[in-house]
Amino acid sequence: MSTRQFGAPVQRNADPALLRGEGAFIDDIPLAGALHAAFVRSAHARARIRSIDTRAARANPDVVAVYTADDIGALDAPLPLLIPHPSITAGGKTQRPLARDEVFYAGQCIAMVVAVDRYTAEDACEAIAVDYEPLPVELDLEKAVADGAPLVHDDIPNNVAAHFIQESGDADAAFARAEHVTTVKVRLERSTAAPLECRAIAARWDRVTGELMVWDGTQAPIAVRGGLASVFGIDEDNVRVVAPNVGGGFGQKIMMFHPDEILVPLAAMELDRPVKYIEDRVENFIGASQERAQIHEITLAALKDGTVLGLRDSFLHDTGAFIPYGIAVAQVSSTSVAGPYRIPGIWVEFKAVYTPCVQVTPYRGCGRPQACFAIERAMDQLADELGIDRFELRRRNFIAPDEFPYRREGLLFADGLAVNYDSGEYAQALDRIVGEIDLPAFRAEQAEARAEGRYLGFGLGFYVEATGLGPYEGGRVKLHPITGKVYVTTGLTDQGQGHGTVFAQIVADQVGCAPADVVFVGGDTQAQPWGVATFASRAAVVSGNAIHKAALRARAQIVQAAANMLEVEQDEIELRDGGAWIRGGNRSVSLAEVATATNPLRYAFNESSKTATQFAPASRHDGPPLAEGTHPGIEESDYFSPPHATWAYGVHAAIVEFDPETCAIDIRRYVCVHDCGTIINPMIVDGQVMGGIGQGIGGAFYERCAYSEDGAPLAASFMDFLMPYATEVPDAELIHTETPSPLNPLGIKGVGEAGTIPVSQVLASALEDAFQPFGIAPVRESPLSPSMIHALLREARARPA
Amino acid sequence: MKPALFDYTAPETVAEAVATLAADESARPLAGGQSLIPIMNFRLAQPGTLVDLGRVAGLDGITVTESEVRIGAMTRQRTLESHAGANAAHPLIAEVLAHVAHIAIRNRGTVGGSIAHADASAELPCLLLATGGSVCATGPEGERTVAADDLFSFHMTTTLAQTEILTEVRIPRLPPATGWAFEEYARRRGDYALAGVCALVTRGAGGVCTGARLAGCGIADRPVRLTAAEDALRGSTVCEDALMAAGEAAKGHATLPDDLQASQAYRADLLAALVRRAAVRAAERAGG
Repeated sequence: MSTRQFGAPVQRNADPALLRGEGAFIDDIPLAGALHAAFVRSAHARARIRSIDTRAARANPDVVAVYTADDIGALDAPLPLLIPHPSITAGGKTQRPLARDEVFYAGQCIAMVVAVDRYTAEDACEAIAVDYEPLPVELDLEKAVADGAPLVHDDIPNNVAAHFIQESGDADAAFARAEHVTTVKVRLERSTAAPLECRAIAARWDRVTGELMVWDGTQAPIAVRGGLASVFGIDEDNVRVVAPNVGGGFGQKIMMFHPDEILVPLAAMELDRPVKYIEDRVENFIGASQERAQIHEITLAALKDGTVLGLRDSFLHDTGAFIPYGIAVAQVSSTSVAGPYRIPGIWVEFKAVYTPCVQVTPYRGCGRPQACFAIERAMDQLADELGIDRFELRRRNFIAPDEFPYRREGLLFADGLAVNYDSGEYAQALDRIVGEIDLPAFRAEQAEARAEGRYLGFGLGFYVEATGLGPYEGGRVKLHPITGKVYVTTGLTDQGQGHGTVFAQIVADQVGCAPADVVFVGGDTQAQPWGVATFASRAAVVSGNAIHKAALRARAQIVQAAANMLEVEQDEIELRDGGAWIRGGNRSVSLAEVATATNPLRYAFNESSKTATQFAPASRHDGPPLAEGTHPGIEESDYFSPPHATWAYGVHAAIVEFDPETCAIDIRRYVCVHDCGTIINPMIVDGQVMGGIGQGIGGAFYERCAYSEDGAPLAASFMDFLMPYATEVPDAELIHTETPSPLNPLGIKGVGEAGTIPVSQVLASALEDAFQPFGIAPVRESPLSPSMIHALLREARARPA
Repeated sequence: MKPALFDYTAPETVAEAVATLAADESARPLAGGQSLIPIMNFRLAQPGTLVDLGRVAGLDGITVTESEVRIGAMTRQRTLESHAGANAAHPLIAEVLAHVAHIAIRNRGTVGGSIAHADASAELPCLLLATGGSVCATGPEGERTVAADDLFSFHMTTTLAQTEILTEVRIPRLPPATGWAFEEYARRRGDYALAGVCALVTRGAGGVCTGARLAGCGIADRPVRLTAAEDALRGSTVCEDALMAAGEAAKGHATLPDDLQASQAYRADLLAALVRRAAVRAAERAGG
């Protein structure tokens, strides 16, 4: 029997080439004679454009074309609002590819220059004079929805982009029964995904074949193909979109269309030359997309014993100048805010608010870090007010293992389906972390440290995460006759997660080969035209199960063919070590031979194929060489469509040290207990969770997309947007529990976003504990910085004791 | 993030480099390029000509004399950091350099380049001030020496003329009975500090501080001597009270207004803490 690959820490198959620098990212695609695009971007948050003077740029002999809104014909229209929703204020706003008459945020594209190289294109952009009439702005969410605030869009009153209320159970009744009510107001600021590779696109138009070839560093090539076909009025089969190696996405690259995604193909078609656009870091900060800014006011209704009966949460969600991705982020927040707790009565309301800033689209975590921060800050406060241990309060409110599936009737998740938790062992996860931390020992250490003038704190945060959303993905498994390699193809893309490795593991177990002999093909609409995209921690769940189903079919085909070849019954066949073996014997045929034999051939081109030719002795049977209802070779496809999201969860805890002199924070210990159902590859899960924790630490302490009061982005480089280095991220202790999902054959749940979600809460909670001797106000903001902590400390010292 | 068009020359002598600078007002010298090139990529600097000093003979190398360490302007920061003789002559050098960005950057970045660039948050200008060092510069009028106290006029601005090339950096040996320390706080390891302090404390009989030189970076529009803190330490036994007084006194030197990473009030308190920490460590090392 071969070793089972599913569940093993198989090394990532994509890494050797990437580490040798042999990856092919968009800018590595060789495109002879390619032109380069650059953009003139708005210098103001909100302004009317009086004029755009492109004469000097057009006069540059190395400039091939200059486009403004006047030069793009039918494309001069608002880009699609991808996910419409009835709660969106009539006329939901999306940006035009190039601004017409007015701009809505600093960084918005006004003109595109196409030149012989990027240097020239940027020179020409500098030569384009835009005359602005700046307009007043309001960036503060609470002020922006007040009457009389400056409007981002003249026809959207109070800047309210969407208003949505959902209710589950009877919140009013819960509050009427409450013995204790507690309210917390929390504020989270803007952040951004900042992928290692910024966004990028290249396009080539083939006049002869009529094919538009697009390389796009996207998470959603199939969607981009459909969109481009629609924009240019050509059949989908004549548009091929390839997402080659992509250096991180974190949600920013699920969004489509960014303006360049249609303008670069347009230029390639009009100019009949390949065109590429490689977004630079500044552009990524001021022009791509951001997320996170929300203000929640959350109230819990509880009994004295800590039982939480009801929750009301009302929050403002910053959607930026436009709402192209609909209310997805806010809706995820509003449906995640009850966390792992039973809470029978829930009332959630949000307003999405237009602000004159970069548009908001999902960023790893997608509304969940905000929801987790709100509910967990409130649970901490409730525990403190009721005098109940923070662990114990949570334990008393967990949905119990026998209560699953646990449906929150009335709450619709971002996929339009009811919130329905499929499985979980929440108390077990909490117990694991209690065991790891040894709180009594920590409290003793904390007291000792305080005596020495050192301040330690402990904090925790629990979260749930709906992962693996539909609607579907496909998978195809094909056995190759010459090499015996197994190709696994799916429509979604990899941005470094390691999908190719886990898919190889799934397939290897079924067809009996080594994972190294499985070749992953993804992100190419020609290879797999059906599918959705990589987002919402769904690749392993949805594509993984589709591939599993296809692999089962392929396995059955292989077994049947091998039984014929070896002249035994099918149940005597065992697939292992790259071949089909007679169980208990030493006779076998290789997978390559099976692949060859299952394709009746006209010509013999090698020794192995002689056996498959129509005149080979083995082919002498009645009927046609290819039996009715069969197909040549071993190639099987299938699809998986989950009934609804599967809910992963986890609990993180940290011990921090706070230095009141410098206001510096040191994370001394970080422990994570995480459950993503059945694990395919523990090493990859570790990587995902650890990367998420790192990104979460960035969000909690370092990264902030700050704007000036007049809407100028202040953090448009890594000098100011402080992505943590390895030196700022501690080694986390990662513990996995496995509670299978009943919603898919493999029992898996998603893991991509998990690590990011609770970090702000965990560190806020720990700091609050460390702050106790100073009387510092509770932590209600994320991210925190030393300067902000200093302000809290000063405020506490100024307050009369 | 592509630089504007520029010319490039790589002269082989100082005289040639100076002549090129003198002939073209928009020309700028290029040393290790660790600051200038990013600034050019942001198009915040658009020199018409880059005068690459990389091939100029005699601009690098370290000489330790009886009185000082002489560092050729093009000496890589990492070379100085690992130079046993230089660090024996003044151990504060290596302690400071460990905080300058990251090793990969110190491998390219030059000592003279960092000082001539004169970022108000950078560590090396602060080191030069605290140690009472000086620089040699050559221009069309010939060579001159400029004391650190007279060198830094503003953020990224020195009193050197556009036609002058900084050729050598001189750091006096650590005086006797003197301890040293560098303290900084940066949001991320290797970043420019929100505040940094170099301290040299000399102690005499009974542990009394007979001399103190302190300089701060990241706190004002240039690296500054923390003279008020020096005054508070001088004559004291560097006791708790003196340290507190020095910290309080230093706050007045933190003149930067609020910025994205730090409020003025935070910076002042941070500076005070760093002054205390640097002074106490320096005093310990001074013995007595």
